[in-house]
Amino acid sequence: MRTAVKIEEAVARIILWVSGIIILSVLFFIIFHIVSNGLLAINWEFLTEPPRAMGREGGIFPVIVGTIYVVGVAVLLGAPIGVMAAIYLTEYAQKGKIVRTVRFFVETLAAVPSIVFGIFGFLFFVIYLDWGWSILSGGLTLACMILPVVIRTTEEALKAVPDSHREGSLALGATLWQTSYKVILPSALPGVITGVILGIGRAISDAAAVFMTAGMAALVVPTSIWDPARTLTVHLYVLASEGICFERAYATATVLIVVVLLLNFTAHWLINLMMKKQRI
Amino acid sequence: MQVEKTRQAKMRDLIGQVIEKLLLFCAIVSILVVFLIIAFIFAQGWPVIQKYGVSHFLFNLEWRPLADPVQFGLLPMIAGSFAVTFGALLIAVPLGICCAIFLAEFAPQWAAKRIRPGVELLAGIPSVIYGFWALMTLVPFIMQNFGGRGLSILAGSLVLGIMALPFIINIAEDAIRSVPREYKEGSLALGATHWQTVRYVVLPAARSGILAAIILGMALTLGETMAVILVAGNAPVIPDSVLDVVRTLTAHIALEMGYATGEHSQALFVAGMVLFIVIMFLNSIALAIYKRSGAN
Repeated sequence: MRTAVKIEEAVARIILWVSGIIILSVLFFIIFHIVSNGLLAINWEFLTEPPRAMGREGGIFPVIVGTIYVVGVAVLLGAPIGVMAAIYLTEYAQKGKIVRTVRFFVETLAAVPSIVFGIFGFLFFVIYLDWGWSILSGGLTLACMILPVVIRTTEEALKAVPDSHREGSLALGATLWQTSYKVILPSALPGVITGVILGIGRAISDAAAVFMTAGMAALVVPTSIWDPARTLTVHLYVLASEGICFERAYATATVLIVVVLLLNFTAHWLINLMMKKQRI
Repeated sequence: MQVEKTRQAKMRDLIGQVIEKLLLFCAIVSILVVFLIIAFIFAQGWPVIQKYGVSHFLFNLEWRPLADPVQFGLLPMIAGSFAVTFGALLIAVPLGICCAIFLAEFAPQWAAKRIRPGVELLAGIPSVIYGFWALMTLVPFIMQNFGGRGLSILAGSLVLGIMALPFIINIAEDAIRSVPREYKEGSLALGATHWQTVRYVVLPAARSGILAAIILGMALTLGETMAVILVAGNAPVIPDSVLDVVRTLTAHIALEMGYATGEHSQALFVAGMVLFIVIMFLNSIALAIYKRSGAN
């Protein structure tokens, strides 16, 4: 009987270890496969030249610019609205009906799949508001999409600020807004920025919503927010699904992975910074 | 002097009120967006639902939007979505729960410190990269070893299973961690081993949180588009085996929206409605279970 218990314990531990190892290996294998195939095709020309022959030759410069524009519009609109919503939820609203309702809808919005955001953005921005396939339509669709990420992360960061800060500021005669803006927000800043970075990550990663709202045909550098644009993810999708050029697809995927890794490390670093700050 | 001060104070109050209204508005934007999404998508889908009836869409095997008479059967796509999702969960649930138990209970710090960022990164990789990776590795592998075109339910399930892992791990780990310490201590004090404690005390106590993790993983997988569209083959027919091509609801919308007009386009919005309703249903069940489980 005792040995049976010991064997079960040992087997269980082995299975659990293996599960952890499998997950890390899968991650490593995916990144290694993409980067090892794509790194050699990346050079200065690839990053600065426009694509030629539907992307078979040339580079991805307009795609990089398009990505920056679309994600830029999304973050410029989504981040402030999200941060202010989080301030309202944590600093202004008392625990009550409004907070519960808003939070329910934030959760709902977080669960909406990106293709549904895509058809909504297509109907609302592209057709109803008649903005066409454009950076503005794509950016606004993504702004709606990143709202929940920004709100939730910012809320967590604001809640972590000790109440003594609030009470001290209010006792000195500062208004609620002065307290939020000059006391709470600065001490929660790393967390707030983390929320924005996670939002950027979500926006850059998305393809389904963008390709229905920002268009996919454009292979020239966009000059205004009314121009259509193709993002890195959409470019990769087109190259892969139509089998245009797998070498260029690997290179585009590698650029994407590098960007995602950088965002991830920055967010991680900021979270560590915040944890250290709180411990002091 | 006195007058000056009150005027300043009044000004400050006014600014305060304006700011409060502005913040409230920002908080309400989320509600507004949800209602706009529902209103616009449902308004587009409604006319064809009225014309053909719900069962024409839900229990019809034929999708022939350009034929005469038109057929808008969504059943193959609904079946496809659930087939791929079910396969994905078969992979992600055991692996994800094992990994969550490992991280919450057994992993030494040095291992957890490497796995946790890995899981985060897994969640951050764009879905189109998963799809591309699967197209270049899994699809040829399946074609060579199991036959068929490689583009299949199996390939879609594998890639979606990997993508669902981080979400299941995170929520399940939270659920396991939120089991009160006393439960564990009591079990250990009675002489149970660590594994026995986890199996007979911790996991049963974390049951509802883990269930919520699985349902959320399911909702997420059903909504995934870009990965599955690259590896599933996308033919709108009911599949016979795991090596058959399949088209999901998400892929269905993404593939045809670009050129669809009139009723064809409206029928695609019905597909969007079905997707939206199923996912919202799963999500609210999961949230209700999660809240009751007391995990945070």
